[in-house]
Amino acid sequence: MKTILDVRNVSKIYQSAAQALTVLDQVSFSVTAGDTVAITGPSGSGKTTLLGLCAGLDQASNGTVALNDMDLGVLSEDQRAALRNQHVGFIFQNFQLLSTLTALENVMVPLELRGIRNAGEQAMELLDKVGLSARASHYPIQLSGGEQQRVSLARAFSNQPDILFADEPTGNLDTETSEKIVRLIFDLNKAAGTTLIIVTHDLELAAKANRTIKLKGGVIISDSAVNYV
Amino acid sequence: MSDTKLHFNRKTNYSWLFRMAWRDSRRNRSRLLLFISSIILGIAALVAIYAFRDNLQRDIDEQAKELTGADLIIESRKPVKGSTDAVLDTIGERRAKERSFASMVYFLKNSASRLIQVRALEGAYPFYGEIGTSPANAASTFQQGRNALVDQTLLMQYGAAVGDSIKIGALNFAIAGSLERVPGQSGITSAVAPVVYIPLKYLEKTGLHKIGSRITYRYYYKFYNDGLLTATLKKLGPLMDKEGLDHETVATKKAGTGRAFNDLNRFLALSGFVALLLGCIGVGSSVQVYIKEKLSAIATLRCLGMNAREAFIIYLIQIVAVGFIGALAGAALGTLIQFGLPALLADFIPIEIQMRISWSAIGQGLVLGVVIALLFALPSLLEVRRISPLNAIRASFESSKSKSDPVSWVVYLFIILFIYGFSYLQLGGWIEALFFIAAITVAFGSLYGLSKAMMWLTRKAMRPSMSYLWRQGFANLYRPNNQTVMLIVAIGLSTTLIALLYFVQVILINKVSFSSSKNQPNMVLFDIQSAQKEALATMTRQHQLPVMSQVPIVTMRIEEVNGKTAAELAIADSLAGKKDQPEQRGEGPQGRAFRGEIRASYQQQLTSAERVVAGQWTGSVKPGSTAIVSLEQQYAERIHVNIGDTILFNVQGMLIPAVVGSLREVDWNRMQTNFRVVFSGGVLEKAPQFSVLMTRVPSKEASAKYQADVVNKFPNISMIDLGLVLQVLDDLLGKIGFVIRFMAGFSMATGWVVLLSAVMASKGQRQKETVLLRTLGASRRQLNIIIALEYLFLGMLASATGIVLAMAGAWAIATFSLKASFSPDVLPVIAFFIAVTLLVMLTGLYNSRKIFNHSPLEILRKES
Repeated sequence: MKTILDVRNVSKIYQSAAQALTVLDQVSFSVTAGDTVAITGPSGSGKTTLLGLCAGLDQASNGTVALNDMDLGVLSEDQRAALRNQHVGFIFQNFQLLSTLTALENVMVPLELRGIRNAGEQAMELLDKVGLSARASHYPIQLSGGEQQRVSLARAFSNQPDILFADEPTGNLDTETSEKIVRLIFDLNKAAGTTLIIVTHDLELAAKANRTIKLKGGVIISDSAVNYV
Repeated sequence: MSDTKLHFNRKTNYSWLFRMAWRDSRRNRSRLLLFISSIILGIAALVAIYAFRDNLQRDIDEQAKELTGADLIIESRKPVKGSTDAVLDTIGERRAKERSFASMVYFLKNSASRLIQVRALEGAYPFYGEIGTSPANAASTFQQGRNALVDQTLLMQYGAAVGDSIKIGALNFAIAGSLERVPGQSGITSAVAPVVYIPLKYLEKTGLHKIGSRITYRYYYKFYNDGLLTATLKKLGPLMDKEGLDHETVATKKAGTGRAFNDLNRFLALSGFVALLLGCIGVGSSVQVYIKEKLSAIATLRCLGMNAREAFIIYLIQIVAVGFIGALAGAALGTLIQFGLPALLADFIPIEIQMRISWSAIGQGLVLGVVIALLFALPSLLEVRRISPLNAIRASFESSKSKSDPVSWVVYLFIILFIYGFSYLQLGGWIEALFFIAAITVAFGSLYGLSKAMMWLTRKAMRPSMSYLWRQGFANLYRPNNQTVMLIVAIGLSTTLIALLYFVQVILINKVSFSSSKNQPNMVLFDIQSAQKEALATMTRQHQLPVMSQVPIVTMRIEEVNGKTAAELAIADSLAGKKDQPEQRGEGPQGRAFRGEIRASYQQQLTSAERVVAGQWTGSVKPGSTAIVSLEQQYAERIHVNIGDTILFNVQGMLIPAVVGSLREVDWNRMQTNFRVVFSGGVLEKAPQFSVLMTRVPSKEASAKYQADVVNKFPNISMIDLGLVLQVLDDLLGKIGFVIRFMAGFSMATGWVVLLSAVMASKGQRQKETVLLRTLGASRRQLNIIIALEYLFLGMLASATGIVLAMAGAWAIATFSLKASFSPDVLPVIAFFIAVTLLVMLTGLYNSRKIFNHSPLEILRKES
């Protein structure tokens, strides 16, 4: 199987006036295409930082991150934006829907950015898949938390990404809604054959992934795909 | 699954960016319009002024002939020689003559008198336009008998009417008409010197046509052929230069009037520009808050693959669009206001203005509005490029703000260049523009510095022992995202403008009023001939009035300076390269010294208004020795004469050489006679002379009685009543003050709009905090107190800073420019302080009331 994400000796150090803060320290792992990986760990362990680096939202202080065989370290911010638009999908804990856009328009954004002509039709299909076609013209404020996350899911899959990053996708939802969303994520993922990286401290959710990487204090303390001593 | 090939060079889809800009603005349009409303008034002011300027220029062009009333006017300030007069009587196809001078008019009906401008006219002047009178035919018939046309305001003031009689000099005239309009004269000039027309043929019989009267001789001509006018001017050139005659044609009048109004337009445009700048600060600050609120949305778009440039363009489109809408609204409002400007400025304009819509003014306003809104929004807009997509997953993420953005510095440079360029276009000089920029920078810088200092002081003054409500109100002034500095600058600057205006007006009035204090003279009598001197002094004493001073005046001209005549010095001027400059022809610094008549005096001692700044004062010289003169410092500079130089004076035919012994600094603002040329005693005592007498009249009644007696017994003597001067000055200041207040009103209103938009801009943040406080149990009353306290402090800081700056400015103007003392009344200052503070507080409270209209749950849900 092809390696879609390759993280090699990645460190992230925040330099403040007084001292250097190492958030990630020499982290290495790789993910094969179509795999589902959960990154878990306590608060402050570096999960979100790692997700940001893997998704090309930030740059590592040391080491390399290769996404789809492309070294993110050598790409400019605009090139990384193009890469995100064409190959990456995102699901956020707080949904991050654009409040001034309707549900349909939110889903259309990645498609329109790529200049796809029938963006509206494709977006409508995706909304239909998440069961929200009837709410297409509603603004985020008119939707419940679960509905907002479903719109977010439709948006994440709209550009047919190679890899999907989900940051605590159920963190803001009740248990019942969470279950529905998780089911939807894994179903859509399976149907699309997308690689899924979930950052969560919900062990139940993590257990649904094929592989779990545990972080603590900025280092990997366990990876279910590798034997750690 | 997507194509694995990565396409980095995605083409920018502008139509989609426009669509996104439109979509993104959906829930913010009213707020965006509110931000931009800060510039509406500034643009409105400028469009109104530009339109007024265009209309004025067009009407000056169209009515230039009515302004002069003739194709050519030749003017002399000294009697014209017989031979020259003969030449002047032969040119042109139609001719008229006029002699004008200041004199007293005496209203027989109510025994009142006043200083006026007498115009003794012969001929059918004006050839273009008309002298507006009531009845209308009075202008064309008054010369048929011993009639006068009297300024309509003067008639009203003295309760006189057509048919009544007036006395000018020794002669009575019947009032044939009320004078409504005189070619080339504005309301202001007629208020200062009301005009009375009499037929020229009666001038001699009035007895006023004597030595001592400062008469201006004018010859009006009509030419049916422009070529003939040009040829005549060319032919007359040498004679006019030789005889010191001035001339005016329709073209020179047009240029001169245009130039005169340039100053007014510049002042108005700069006032509007200050309001616009103030609004721009509001725009800049509001856009900063707006972009901060958009941070999460922009980060999300960046996560979804939008590049920094595209994100920047979306918000750029929004700002340009609302800037255009703001400019459009401003241009529309300005176009409406322009129709009111002629009424506002009617007293300053000598022509009738027909206001029409000026498309060029509207165009300039639109471009200016968009450019300036964009420039001031750009520093905040540029931040969009630096918003990291990481903000979408980590709200606390701070982008690399510490790194300075070179593009921002380029934008700041452009802002400075733009302000400088605009100022240059208005002022027409690099140095003046630099001064304007410096003044604006000082004002803005002082307000910024003072507001920072006051915030620091507020922070230091806060004590834990204070009640929570007070501490919260105080803390709001310096918490993150506060609007304190911006509001203090906006409100403070408006306050400064209005307060400064008030202070200067008070200084001017006080200065003149001081002159009317008990130990100062309040009436000046001039043109007193030697033979009348004693009799007048006696009569003054008989009226129980003091003769406070009697100063001799000797009229003379300069023949030579350091042995060189006027002609020789004119050649020197032309050799110095001034020949081709029309304004310099015959008017070089040295040439000027020979023009016109000098009114000199002689005295043994310096007066209290004089101070020797160079050389030595000589009180008297022995008979037969060389005369010593003292020149007023600035006059000496103007005519390029120094200590030790010799001047040959022509004292009514007798040549008197004199050496410049000293230079004096003169306080011209004193209510007393001052002279540019003062001879030491022992030289001019026997020369033909007249004198000036100063006295103090205790009341209006005594003044009227005294004036009536003087006019009856000494008709050639003119009087200036300080009470009348004060009244005219008060009227003048009132009219000028109204125009300035009108323009300052734009700044004030803009300041208020900026305050409104700043309060609205920070509403989101307030809402969050207020809801949290409400959730924690704070009552509506407590929240209102916190908000009221915050805006109360803000208003106090802003108005105090503004007033302090205005006081500093007024002090500087009083000390360095008006040479007066400045001690403002406390009560108006306090009243002003309270009014501005209350306005700010009430605006803050009024705009925050909406926070209470939503339930905490509703807002918390929205936030989550």
